[in-house]
Amino acid sequence: MSATSRFGSDTLVAEQITVTVNGILVVVADGTTVAVAVLLQGTSCRRSVSGQPRGPLCGMGICFECRVEINGTPHCRSCQIVCESGMEIRAGE
Amino acid sequence: MNNVIRQHFDVLVVGAGPAGMAAATCAAESGLHVGMVDDNPGIGGQIWRGDTINSATEAKHWAQRLGAAKVDVACGTRVFGHPGTGILLAERGNDVYELKYRKLVLATGARERFLPFPGWTLLNVMGAGGLQALVKSGLPIEGKRVVIAGTGPLLLAVAAYLRHHQANVLMVCEQQSWTSLVRFGVELLRQPQKIRQAISLQGALGGIPFVPNCWPIEAMGRDSLERVVIRRNGKTETIVCDYLACGFHLVPNTEIAELLACEIRNGYVHVDEFQQTSRADVFCAGEPTGIGGLDLSIAEGQIAGYAAAGNKSAAKMLCKTRGKMKRFAGVLDNTFTLRPELRSLPSQTTIVCRCEDVDYSRLSRHTSWRAAKLDTRCGMGPCQGRVCGPATRFLFGWSPDSVRPPIFPTSLANLGALSSQSITEHCEVTGGCA
Repeated sequence: MSATSRFGSDTLVAEQITVTVNGILVVVADGTTVAVAVLLQGTSCRRSVSGQPRGPLCGMGICFECRVEINGTPHCRSCQIVCESGMEIRAGE
Repeated sequence: MNNVIRQHFDVLVVGAGPAGMAAATCAAESGLHVGMVDDNPGIGGQIWRGDTINSATEAKHWAQRLGAAKVDVACGTRVFGHPGTGILLAERGNDVYELKYRKLVLATGARERFLPFPGWTLLNVMGAGGLQALVKSGLPIEGKRVVIAGTGPLLLAVAAYLRHHQANVLMVCEQQSWTSLVRFGVELLRQPQKIRQAISLQGALGGIPFVPNCWPIEAMGRDSLERVVIRRNGKTETIVCDYLACGFHLVPNTEIAELLACEIRNGYVHVDEFQQTSRADVFCAGEPTGIGGLDLSIAEGQIAGYAAAGNKSAAKMLCKTRGKMKRFAGVLDNTFTLRPELRSLPSQTTIVCRCEDVDYSRLSRHTSWRAAKLDTRCGMGPCQGRVCGPATRFLFGWSPDSVRPPIFPTSLANLGALSSQSITEHCEVTGGCA
């Protein structure tokens, strides 16, 4: 089991990470989750089955409202995934 | 075909919050090979999410002990199945883990209870803990106007946290009456530690209006929240805000315990004095055994960890501490019961099941969770009823069905990495593998 525990984000202030949300560059502090990057870009995460825009509700991986596409993989729960440099996020579609 | 990684532990702990950290540490310090998995990106659970793990004194203590005890930790790893005795299946990205254990400790925590009301699906209407989790995950909140609403002690903790991060917290709306809250206060006085917490909390709240007998009746805005209408002592009031953080106390995450056929009593996992469930190889600690907060979770975690390691004398020494705190858990449940008026919060067109967009009118025709589910797909989306299940229990008095695997949606590729027999078993029962 490879330990990926971050033991918190002690570099939260120190380092900046750049990702794209729907092709637009978003710069966030290291340790920031994808859900936050999407909120900062000002878009919803997904459209519901009847087409309503939706964003994070529970913030802890339970509700699945914050699903986005990350690097081509759909249905990723953005609140549980930390931004990595160069991540391509598609949201609100 | 995806990778299958097989591992074997003396003690496996599911959940890396305070209870899980304490359990894993105590089991490992007793000399056993201990693994710990958690769905979140880091250890600490929700209370010590993000940078909190490095700043809270107690968090640092347990993180340090956990590290020193050489517990094998895998975060971002989600348990989805239980193919047989002594085995859990988990996934992390494209990898599937087959985790074998002699003893299992479930420390799966709790989630917020959400109640539907008009506009609750708008962007920037979130859980109270939900908004706090996002701020802990990097969301800038400085200067943002926030209304906090719902019920339970979490509302105050969130208000204090957001204020500390320079949010403009406009109001805390607590649905419970003053009378009940005063009774709660009297119970707190019996516990010196809770008094200290309450006093420091009052300082941290710094004059944020706390309004009992008050709850949100509508969130309004085009796509995103612009204002919230509240009912306050029988009158309505509109507040312009950026975020509505709304949660109605907590419900325990008992899905894995149910999957393992552990006995559930009154909604909680039933345990004995050693935190042992009705299944001899499964222990449970923290919120799934009763909503009691941080101190109780840590005490229960330690007992579970020692007991799982067969170190019953060490476990026994902690029983007295736990007993005092357990009383507080009962008081919490009795204090923050939901007032019946909240059942009329949703309008006919208010969405109740957010995964499948099922509105109140389609559900109210039915008499059971099962009938509603078969007709409307309520509770059959990816959250598998974790949000609408507790809501419909309150609104209609329905009891959800038994838990079936996989308990979270997983990819066919991940299921395919296991035996063909498992694939058949899993897909038959899910009503849709995501």
